[in-house]
Amino acid sequence: MNTKPWVAATLAVGLTATLAGCASGGDGGGSADGQELSVLIGSSGEAETAAVEAATSAWAEENDATVEVIVANDLNQQLSQGFAGDSAPDLFYMGWDQFATYGANRYLEPYAADLANADDFYPNLVDTFTYDDAFTCAPKDFSTLGLIINTDAWAAAGLTDADVPTDWDSLEAAATALTTDTQVGLSFGLEYARAGAFMNQAGGELISDDGETVTADTPENVAGLEYIQKLADAGVYMTPSALDAGWSGEALGLGKAAMVIEGPWIKGIDADFPDTNYAAYELPAGPGGQSTFTFSNCWGIPQGSETADAAASLVEFLTSDEQQMAAADAFGVIPSTESAAALYAAAYPENASFVESADYAVSPVNFAGSASAITDFNSQLESLIGGDAQSILESVQTSLQAALDESNAQ
Amino acid sequence: MSKGMRAGEARYGWLFVSPAIIIIGVFLVAPIFLALYVSVSDWNGLGSPVGNSSFVGGENYQKVLIDEGLSRSDFGTAIRNNIYFVIFVVPTQTALALFLAVQVNRKVLRGRGFFRTAFYFPSVTSSIAITTIFLFLFTASGVVNSILRFFGINGPNWFKDPSGVIHNLLGAVGVTSAPAFLDVEGPLGISWWQWVSGPSTAMCAIIVLVVFTTSGTFMLLFLAALQNIGAEIDEAALMDGSGPFRKFFSVTLPMLKPTLFTVLTLGLIGTWQLFDQVYLTGGGGAPGKTLLTPAYLAFQSSFTDLNWGQGAAISFILFAIIVSLTLLQRVILRDRDTGKRAERNARKAEADLRTSAERDRARSDSLGTDTSIDQQKAGTR
Repeated sequence: MNTKPWVAATLAVGLTATLAGCASGGDGGGSADGQELSVLIGSSGEAETAAVEAATSAWAEENDATVEVIVANDLNQQLSQGFAGDSAPDLFYMGWDQFATYGANRYLEPYAADLANADDFYPNLVDTFTYDDAFTCAPKDFSTLGLIINTDAWAAAGLTDADVPTDWDSLEAAATALTTDTQVGLSFGLEYARAGAFMNQAGGELISDDGETVTADTPENVAGLEYIQKLADAGVYMTPSALDAGWSGEALGLGKAAMVIEGPWIKGIDADFPDTNYAAYELPAGPGGQSTFTFSNCWGIPQGSETADAAASLVEFLTSDEQQMAAADAFGVIPSTESAAALYAAAYPENASFVESADYAVSPVNFAGSASAITDFNSQLESLIGGDAQSILESVQTSLQAALDESNAQ
Repeated sequence: MSKGMRAGEARYGWLFVSPAIIIIGVFLVAPIFLALYVSVSDWNGLGSPVGNSSFVGGENYQKVLIDEGLSRSDFGTAIRNNIYFVIFVVPTQTALALFLAVQVNRKVLRGRGFFRTAFYFPSVTSSIAITTIFLFLFTASGVVNSILRFFGINGPNWFKDPSGVIHNLLGAVGVTSAPAFLDVEGPLGISWWQWVSGPSTAMCAIIVLVVFTTSGTFMLLFLAALQNIGAEIDEAALMDGSGPFRKFFSVTLPMLKPTLFTVLTLGLIGTWQLFDQVYLTGGGGAPGKTLLTPAYLAFQSSFTDLNWGQGAAISFILFAIIVSLTLLQRVILRDRDTGKRAERNARKAEADLRTSAERDRARSDSLGTDTSIDQQKAGTR
């Protein structure tokens, strides 16, 4: 019987084929000109896709290159797949929440500091996208949270411009005045990305300034959560799901909530609820002053990419004031450079408050490995109403500190 | 081996099966071994695992199973959720599938073809589509709650409600927080009070959904088996004077045992791999992580947290759970017509045969099972 060599040979062929498939090489290199770039984006819709395509093809024409824009269905999943297969896109959207994880795993080329317009970006956005002291990727745009008020409900409750909430007391007063049988005064999703703003307004923070210790269970943070509990107990705050809405923007559009806390993307409800009139204001200040969250995406380039120079040049073009304003016109994001944001605030006065709050906005806590602790925090916040703020924050303290220690040890 | 005409037959045999072996090797065997390697490596998803990672031993398994922390308690939560899911889904879908199969197998039923198609329809529809529809049906003011309201019941906000069913029942009798004996830490870093929570309200909606979609598939398996039972056996049972219930439980059901084994096995495997529905409800297992399942957790650890080793480790633990449960079930449902115990049973049956005419019928059942042993063996390979 001579079957064994055959079996071995067959298996060897199979394994070689597999490994060869796993280890396909990168694309051919070349000069900055005449390259083929693939750009993976997580698009909010037709308008965004068309705008990115128009901008990239404008750059491609100038530089005699070709750019292919790919719209991701599930950005994280497709990125992971690309990196594992050595076929990562040359340029991609990188969310703030995944940035540190990608940075820690050496996925990202730190190119942003060398851009010609590196100094024009908002400093807090530069902080957000700095990993290991290197300004890694250029912010694409940003959003901040604001207080969105249904102006019709506002007028119906007999409130005027003087009543626009500026602190927690006036927010509670307005919410109480706006609460009727069919409408609740205030609504926002009970998650860290919203409730955390209240914790910051109370003077709290999740991580100490030196980045070494978690300070989740401080009295300030507890006060922030207890303020939300107080509003809920008074019946003037409800979660969007309790109002049978998918998110608070929908609750606003349906007339079930008179005030919500959302970002400039609130504009998205115009298509579904054309009759809803609303205005955006800065979030009211808490005992610890004003605070809001900023959320941002950056343009990521894979580490060691052969097309990194060409991609960086494309980013420089895309983050120019002119192109950022074009993007803002097309799909309503706020430009990431201070000069372009000022142009934006002038062009879209209804969104000026979002730009103004960028001065004091902070990015939600994010470091490599924080995601599971924050997810756990979010799941616990679901039981905040009728629950115990102190014990929730104590559990966050434990899990976040463990994650932070692990991250700092690396 | 004799030479001559048959010389080299084995060689040609290998040659002819080699396409299948290569395809299976490349797309099935090699990835499994690669994943097994990833589960004991520190691969971070950059490039191929071969050459871009180092061996770390059981560290990933340790983080998931032993080390105190979120990795372990998340895994514990996922296991708890899935255990309740399996406990509720597998018996329900099997019973429902059997019931439906018996109904559409009745010769007197009008429009049998219509009912067979109708019951099977959810199985051929994409689970994505069905989940999306269920998400609408089970909203706070959705169809389900409107019907409940008609009966004066104030329905919960299904997919947003993290409260456990058993916790709610205990709450109804005044036990709203953990009694002292349950307020201690249980396995995998979650307290015994959490272990006994029962499926969350959101999970109940998913349970209904899955039972609805999979019963049709298994109905088809039962139906095929039912049609293999000859009319003469029914007639014999009838002649022996058994009523419909007696006939079902003493004649039909024992003859369906091989199919029952298949259905239960497929059910166990499928339910432990719950993923689509969780992925679609969004929010990483929200509400309150009560929809987190090991399969989803493996996906999340790998693709979101880039802890590929941990994700692979979870997958292999899940694999071990499924295999051991299937083996356990095989032991429980073992055919009692073979082996030493079976011989004892046979002797006993023979003794009974002489003494009682009633026993006679029972004997014919086991003969019936005899004929299907081969079938079962083919089915379980």
